[in-house]
Amino acid sequence: MSNVLLSAENIGIGFGGLRALDGVGFEARAGEVLAIIGPNGAGKTTLFNIVSGLYRADAGRVVLAGQEVTQAPPHRLAALGLSRTFQNLQIFFRMTAAENVMAGRHLREASSLLADLLRLPAARRANRASRDAALALLAEVGLAEHADRPAGSLPYGALKRLEIARALATEPRVLLLDEPAAGCNPVETAEIDHLIAAIAARGVAVVLIEHDMKMVMRISRQVVVLNQGRLLAAGTPAEVRNNPDVIAAYLGLHGAKEAALA
Amino acid sequence: MNARWATLLILAAVIAVIPWFFPSGYYFRVAALVWVTALGAVGLQVLMGQAGQVSLGHAGFVGIGAYAMALGPKYLGLPVLACLPLGAALAGLIAFLVGRPILRLKGHYLAVATLGFGILVAMVLVSEIAVTGGPDGIRIPRPEIFGWRPRGGEAWYWINGAALLIGVWLALNLQHSPSGRALAALHDSEVAARTIGIDVARHKLRAFVIAAVYGAVAGGLMAMMNGFVTPDAAGFLQSVEYVTMVVIGGLASVPGAVVGAALLVLLPQALTVFHDYEHAVLGLLIMLFMIFLRVGIVPGLASLLRRRSA
Repeated sequence: MSNVLLSAENIGIGFGGLRALDGVGFEARAGEVLAIIGPNGAGKTTLFNIVSGLYRADAGRVVLAGQEVTQAPPHRLAALGLSRTFQNLQIFFRMTAAENVMAGRHLREASSLLADLLRLPAARRANRASRDAALALLAEVGLAEHADRPAGSLPYGALKRLEIARALATEPRVLLLDEPAAGCNPVETAEIDHLIAAIAARGVAVVLIEHDMKMVMRISRQVVVLNQGRLLAAGTPAEVRNNPDVIAAYLGLHGAKEAALA
Repeated sequence: MNARWATLLILAAVIAVIPWFFPSGYYFRVAALVWVTALGAVGLQVLMGQAGQVSLGHAGFVGIGAYAMALGPKYLGLPVLACLPLGAALAGLIAFLVGRPILRLKGHYLAVATLGFGILVAMVLVSEIAVTGGPDGIRIPRPEIFGWRPRGGEAWYWINGAALLIGVWLALNLQHSPSGRALAALHDSEVAARTIGIDVARHKLRAFVIAAVYGAVAGGLMAMMNGFVTPDAAGFLQSVEYVTMVVIGGLASVPGAVVGAALLVLLPQALTVFHDYEHAVLGLLIMLFMIFLRVGIVPGLASLLRRRSA
């Protein structure tokens, strides 16, 4: 199994008496999209929170680019090349759209506190470089014309893409996207679809939580199905689509039809 | 010209021009107090407005800076002026040590922890009578700057005004820098800030240390100007006043802290005509400001003007 960038093995976590996740894992490869699906409450976002360092698993391990990072804090994971977006938006609402993305350049800004306070050339250079990078990323996600608007004034679909741009600003090797198309109209969904494919094409390992089955089946190379904190199935979209357990537990009759049509 | 330079220019112009309108030397003294108080408030703005971390113990650092001016010359035989950077360094070091554990707390818990710190400093200053002079305070030797001994309100007006200008310049630089963006990011969403690589604990601590250094420098200047300091400088009421200045002027705004400080220093002077009711009127005015300019005076007026011109 070459070019595995992120692997989660046997992840388990309990909240009080409840086993929210038990024995769950996946392997995300460079240049591929891996989708994690499952009904609400299956533990998908919890798995993201563990992998991105926000929660601590009580079992299992996470390996990022060959390094064990199971207990690493989020900012260190970011430095190692892992970035993410959030299902419930975590936008910097008081900043402009451009500043949101500039904040994502934090790790690339070679400027000290002293340089920042005195506005030395290093600080000015960092500001300029971050702004240029942010504008390029905003253009890529289709928000160029909103660069200097307060993030709080942007519509929901735009904020979803703004989060992707901010995550990309860290130049991640692994990108976790938590329901990037949730609440978006079909046009916006198609745009995000293309964007994700383009990101993966650059060699980024994309891990995606998504409820839009058409999108999942179209862009992912692997699909992992969770149900009630356990691994229900894993495989290619075709394998998962035809797995009777999956059909019974998750997709249901309607979903199976929809998947077959996709 | 951008907003940063406009702010600095306006402030410099105000400092340079208003002495022309002072009817007496007394006004220099009051204005000098405004500038030095504003310097302390600007420091708190970095912590509260930029990083979003509350402190109800800011005056504790002001007190440390002020007492350094008395204790350094008395016990270490240092020239009083040398104690200004020393007091600032000491306050920064104490903030670094205290900040590490307490900045893990959030919101109300952080407020109470910083409150405790401020009260602790004031208590030590009151009760260690042998060292600090206790509640009666302690004298500060007159400083000498290259043979010049600043005396009277006018000298301190210019010294404090210059210090404030530098303080505002640094705070504005910070706000529009990579470090400032990291503070603004963790202010809005700590979770998101962490996932883009910001070491939240480290940046909060930096803001706390910066605020402490500002407070200590302000305290040191104030002590030299008065030639005297009492534990009230570090008291809880002072801390609350600093918070009020920053909030009323506009949390998000560096010049807001200056406006807030001016208001809280000048209003009590102006309200003496109300005799026994001056505190009640002051409280009422603060409430009215918060009700009608919720985001603070400077951001509130700025958005009003923008709407008017649009």
